[in-house]
Amino acid sequence: MLRFEPRTGTPAALLLGAPLLALLFTLAVSSLLVAWAGAPVGRAYVLLLQGGFGSRFALTETLTRATPLIFTGLAVAVAFRARLFNIGAEGQLYLGALAAVAVGGLHGGEGYALSPWLLAPLMMLAAAGAGALLLLFPALLKRHLAVDEVVTTLLLNFIVLLFVGAMLDGPMKDPTAMGWPQSVAIQESLQLDTLLERSRVHTGLLGALVCALVLWVLLRFTTHGFEIRAVGSGPRAAAFAGMPVGWVTVKVALISGALAGLAGAVEVAGRAGYVTLDMSPGYGYSGIVIAMLAALHPLGVVAAAIFVAGILVGADSMSRAVGVPTYIADVIVATALLSMLVATMWTQYRMSWQWRKSAASNQSSGR
Amino acid sequence: MSELLDLLSSAPFWVSVLRLATPLILGTLGVLLCERAGVLNLGIEGIMVAGAFTGWLAVYAGWPLWVGVGVAAATGALLGLLHGVLTVTLALSQHVAGLGLTLLATSLASYAYRVSFPRVETPPTVQTFEPMSWLPIPILNAQTPLTLLALLLVPTVAWVLYRTPLGLALRAVGENPAAVEGQGLSVSGLRIGAIVAGSALMGVAGCFLTLAAFNAFFFNMVNGRGWVCVALVVFASWRPGKALFGALLFAFFDALQLRLQQAGAGVLGLELPYQFYLMLPYVMAIVALVVMARRARVPQALMKPYRAGER
Repeated sequence: MLRFEPRTGTPAALLLGAPLLALLFTLAVSSLLVAWAGAPVGRAYVLLLQGGFGSRFALTETLTRATPLIFTGLAVAVAFRARLFNIGAEGQLYLGALAAVAVGGLHGGEGYALSPWLLAPLMMLAAAGAGALLLLFPALLKRHLAVDEVVTTLLLNFIVLLFVGAMLDGPMKDPTAMGWPQSVAIQESLQLDTLLERSRVHTGLLGALVCALVLWVLLRFTTHGFEIRAVGSGPRAAAFAGMPVGWVTVKVALISGALAGLAGAVEVAGRAGYVTLDMSPGYGYSGIVIAMLAALHPLGVVAAAIFVAGILVGADSMSRAVGVPTYIADVIVATALLSMLVATMWTQYRMSWQWRKSAASNQSSGR
Repeated sequence: MSELLDLLSSAPFWVSVLRLATPLILGTLGVLLCERAGVLNLGIEGIMVAGAFTGWLAVYAGWPLWVGVGVAAATGALLGLLHGVLTVTLALSQHVAGLGLTLLATSLASYAYRVSFPRVETPPTVQTFEPMSWLPIPILNAQTPLTLLALLLVPTVAWVLYRTPLGLALRAVGENPAAVEGQGLSVSGLRIGAIVAGSALMGVAGCFLTLAAFNAFFFNMVNGRGWVCVALVVFASWRPGKALFGALLFAFFDALQLRLQQAGAGVLGLELPYQFYLMLPYVMAIVALVVMARRARVPQALMKPYRAGER
């Protein structure tokens, strides 16, 4: 069987070569699929890269798409750091978006008559709070009743999406939307400003970058961060060292849920201005992929989110041009994730194949 | 209240309960096999999508229905093998590998569907399994043979787990892999075998949707059923008999919410948006988890990768 030996120092060639090999493998797999669809492989890749990164328009679209992904990626990264497996970022995003509209929306035609300087922070706070509360529930169940949070957060995604649907049909329905299930819009003064002229990039991107920076500082330089990392690498050791493991889990749940909730509010305030049931094409689930690609590093999340957003945007335009189904983007992202995981393992452990016989004799002599 | 009693005593209601339970029984048994061997398989959602697609595609291409079921099982087994290599041989995080597998399998199936049928407005259909009307058992004779297969698999899996040496080894590898290694058995072989077998069942669970429940492939047809199976295994304390009970209970609430939706405000005097009825099964799954979590006997080595010689 395969034996693992932790590496003491990773050779630089491997550190660079392993991710490169993973990328090449991903490229090979997707080439086969593109060829199967009957499209010219080389041209498809050129179109994908051009569509995602190759022009000013492509880059701004990619950055716009990356904005919610940075938030959800951070949400997952901080939770996974403390071994809280939050798979519910999708639901937290939707609930955050709904809370943002509840505070900043044009209810009855006008909405709350408060200064935007007060209402805008309140709107963001409501969204962060909604997301945080939604994750607090599974975190408390995990802490007090040992209920596995993976399943509860997954199931909550479905419950929240149905709840949002009910709200869009009912109390939050936009009466002017000709029967489309969409919420009322937020007040115009609460819309986020455009960051770059002639593009859809909005100030939400700055918010996302600030959050990434703050989270990095928090994890790297504060005792909170140290506790989170300690609980993640060994809850029993952390408890033995006197750390309040349960409380750290709750704290992480609040941070993670708040970030995912903000993703929803920023997406509403920065783009459409209202909530629809298809406002997120799986941003919450992509957040998991992004966090893993970034090895749970907050600043890495920014790079990974831009990479994934570029693939998604590029695949859209490539698909229109040569008729390859857009699902190729998800295949590329999934293959990149799995092969990158293997590559990371390879940089951390020396792997050698041993026949079971010798493995067993090694063991008996070792004990 | 009397309407509710009428509903509960009507045969069509219980027919739909058993039909809704079938993919859950198959999927839950699949998850149970993997977890009893110590490996979480969150790939189930994607494996069900892939099984639903390939099984349907085989039948659409003109093969007999049972060949379609076999193809779906083989698809599941293949994806299970991938999960096994990633989580057992390479000892990667079982959560992340499973979620990655779900993403990969779902997107591959959707991609393959779009490549095979680039411009279809209405999904192409196949001739599905017929109900077994020759059976003299009331509610069961309105079901397809796949339901019978699922019901028969419950005692079969229980028998293998509790009455055969293979089952003993499989349970042991989920509790104390070092002891199994000490007996001269291969931990990775047993674990990968269990994942492959369990994933094959998940593939069959998926093809029930396209070859019995409906007659076509839709993109969102699995719709969280895989995740529900993961919850049901906890509810069932990792026991096949209780898994059957859990699947039936969940299907009962699913069938109930469908009827409540159709009846509108009539049944319980409650006027709720239809979405709240749709939530009911998911809410019940969480409630069941909370109630059972304390009593559940978790396989001790679940989610713990095994590396020979490491303590």
